[in-house]
Amino acid sequence: MCTYQTTTLPVRGSGKGAEGWFPVSDATVYFDHPVHAAGDHTLNIDLINPSRGAGARVAVELDPTSARALALAILQSLDGAPAGLLAPAPG
Amino acid sequence: MTDAMRAETVQITGHAGDTVEAYLAQPLEGPPAGGVVVIHHMPGYDEATKEITRKFAARGYLAICPNLYFREAPGASPDDAAAAARAQGGVPDDRLVGDVDGAANHLRSLASSNGRIATIGYCSGGRQSFLAACSLAIDAAVDCYGAFVVAPPPEGLPINVEPIVQLAPGLSCPLLGLFGADDQYPSPEEVDVLEQALVEAGKEFEFHRYEGAGHAFFNTDRTSYRPEAAAEGWQRIWEFFDRFLATH
Repeated sequence: MCTYQTTTLPVRGSGKGAEGWFPVSDATVYFDHPVHAAGDHTLNIDLINPSRGAGARVAVELDPTSARALALAILQSLDGAPAGLLAPAPG
Repeated sequence: MTDAMRAETVQITGHAGDTVEAYLAQPLEGPPAGGVVVIHHMPGYDEATKEITRKFAARGYLAICPNLYFREAPGASPDDAAAAARAQGGVPDDRLVGDVDGAANHLRSLASSNGRIATIGYCSGGRQSFLAACSLAIDAAVDCYGAFVVAPPPEGLPINVEPIVQLAPGLSCPLLGLFGADDQYPSPEEVDVLEQALVEAGKEFEFHRYEGAGHAFFNTDRTSYRPEAAAEGWQRIWEFFDRFLATH
């Protein structure tokens, strides 16, 4: 099915897209059909910067198990970092 | 008569007078023909949808697929455009109707048009095909497993999709519905509700439900593809268009 399910959030950081590095401003997370990955449904993440056009996008399509493992790894990595390093980036 | 066709990107006038990109395919010879507006699925104005558009031209129809995401992402690759449109909340219903109207008018303006128009859409485009047929004066419409025609989408979706079954009394043309019996979006119960609404509104329609098929059974690029259901479905489409689009 087309789930239409979509979560969007603002983010700060950089991503490397088809034309190199660019600042990312937003993330879109959804569980729906992939464009490229095997399987009918994947957890898809787009890191984008709409002000730079639709091509300013870093995209991943992950099977559900991989996506959960990645999410846990991200949280574990942050939880394990020294608290003093976790301040938001300036700007 | 040859089987030659021409397929190309054109510019049409869509909703609110906007210039919108579209993919047009047409036979180079033959009698005046009916036109098919192909409404692409959520993944966008992609190669698979262009192939479907050419399939109609190979069958002798004029066919056009407007790029519903052109405003969000002119010139972008289909997957980037679909991502951009999704992030911005999807295609508003009124804009969809305006773009389909523009695409239909473009087909009618062709010298080889017989003036008759159908819409067909898959997945989200199935809902939009029904929406267009309830909003515009056309001659035939095909809904391939469109979700959220009857049932509201789950809570919290940022995408603007509302049920439209209440529009059934305004349906302007015969409707062909093709559904997978294993689909949950739309579920068989939702298809029942749409069927009942069409009966109550006194509309001409035919629904076919395919056992062993779920959502997107026409999609040859996905594991959801069900060749038996797809082949049957295509046959129903050709018969339907022969009845309602051909020059008689």
